[in-house]
Amino acid sequence: MPVRYIHVILDNERELLLKAWGSTQAEEGLIRRDLFTEREARTQTEMLYDALSKGVKASVETDLLDPDAECWDDMRAALADVTRERTKRGVSTAEMAAFVLALKYPLFERLRTTVDDSNGKVLIDAVNQFTRLIDSVSLYTTELCISERDKTIRRQQEEMMELASPVVELWDRIVAVPLVGTLDSMRAQEVMENTLSAIVDKKADIVIIDITGVLTVDTQVAQHLIRTAAAVRLMGAEAIISGISPRIAQTMVQLGVDTGEIRTRSSLRMALADAFRQLDTDVISRIAK
Amino acid sequence: MDALGAKVIRKTRLVTAVSEIFRNGLIYGGGALVLIHCHNATRTVWIDCCDDGPGIEDMALALSDGYTSGSGLGRGLGGAKRLADAFEVLSEPGIGTQVRLAGRA
Amino acid sequence: MVDEIMLVAIDENINDSDIVALQDRLAEEVHANNAQGIVIDISALEIVDTFVGRIIAQLAGIGVLMDAPTYLVGMRPAVAMTLVELGMTLPAVKTARNLQHAVTRLRASR
Repeated sequence: MPVRYIHVILDNERELLLKAWGSTQAEEGLIRRDLFTEREARTQTEMLYDALSKGVKASVETDLLDPDAECWDDMRAALADVTRERTKRGVSTAEMAAFVLALKYPLFERLRTTVDDSNGKVLIDAVNQFTRLIDSVSLYTTELCISERDKTIRRQQEEMMELASPVVELWDRIVAVPLVGTLDSMRAQEVMENTLSAIVDKKADIVIIDITGVLTVDTQVAQHLIRTAAAVRLMGAEAIISGISPRIAQTMVQLGVDTGEIRTRSSLRMALADAFRQLDTDVISRIAK
Repeated sequence: MDALGAKVIRKTRLVTAVSEIFRNGLIYGGGALVLIHCHNATRTVWIDCCDDGPGIEDMALALSDGYTSGSGLGRGLGGAKRLADAFEVLSEPGIGTQVRLAGRA
Repeated sequence: MVDEIMLVAIDENINDSDIVALQDRLAEEVHANNAQGIVIDISALEIVDTFVGRIIAQLAGIGVLMDAPTYLVGMRPAVAMTLVELGMTLPAVKTARNLQHAVTRLRASR
């Protein structure tokens, strides 16, 4: 019985409930006129309402609003559309959930006035079932919002990583990796990965890792540099670390970092000159001296 | 890990770590059982490697680089720990060793 | 064998006993063929753990002892990263980017 009541209300009083849903949203400050026109908001609300109504209708026979049933697929799809559209425009996760929940009270109100139920059993059952359904729907919206955001964060992270560790082809068989800022272990991993794949892609024999823009070199950063150089050598290329400022040289010695057999040069320019010499390349100035 | 869209390097790291651990299980534990579990939501692959060998007496020592009770290089366990994103060893001398490790895609 | 340089290409599907067998055979082959240099190509290997890494280092060691300088070529980026993380930098092994480079260097050193 309870589901039939809900179905009848949703079916007969569409206009009234839509309006009430709208005003609950307004009361809770959920109508974002800055982000939506009234017509858009209205279309979205109607779309969700009709999908919900359809699901309830399909559930009349079993008299059970099972949130996991197939009859809600349409509504989930509609909700996914609305959620994406709204979050894209800056509606928060909490606002999205509250927007869905706002349908509860007008419907309860209508149930109370239309169902003639002396002991309240049917009414409570109806409220129970509808609450469970709407709660699960609002949870679904929340999940959608969060997964959209996770996707954005992951994409941005990847972009940032790529921006932060470019590999530049300086000359035939010479690539440079200019490092800027701080080098945490995740970025150091990324740098090593990009550097090593550049050896394959650009057929590089010499890799110049320039740390002019690196703010501080602690033991960990030094370790990363040494490891990168070791991996470069394993692949059959050679690493030169350039841009070691006097201050960094001092700290590295104080930290007792053993750079071992790694070639280091004070500037990128010196490193490049070195690389040219090793590859037997001459760069001649045509300007008459 | 292919199904999780993992990059080559992530695959190589995890497979190498598992190779180290499994080899330990074979050589020192007299054979090992490997269970692989793929967790889609966190994009992580979990691997359990169990043997019923002699177990590890001194865990800190076993995990340190350069230590070996046999003829290996003594880099297996510590190296695998560095390669994996999560790493856990349970060992009971006389009963066996269980290593659990995870790699994110 | 090309120009007294012995090429050893390690197969993708090589297993532990094969690689140990290779180690046993290498010294004899070097001697029998009077090889002046060895190039070990591991470009087919996707995974190199400490066991295989150690064998490779030993192969190179054998070459050096038999006066046949040994170059390791074709290591994949992911393998290089993983080996370094395992602490295996193979300091005693000479490396080159590819076969051609290794051969050029071997000829130059003669």
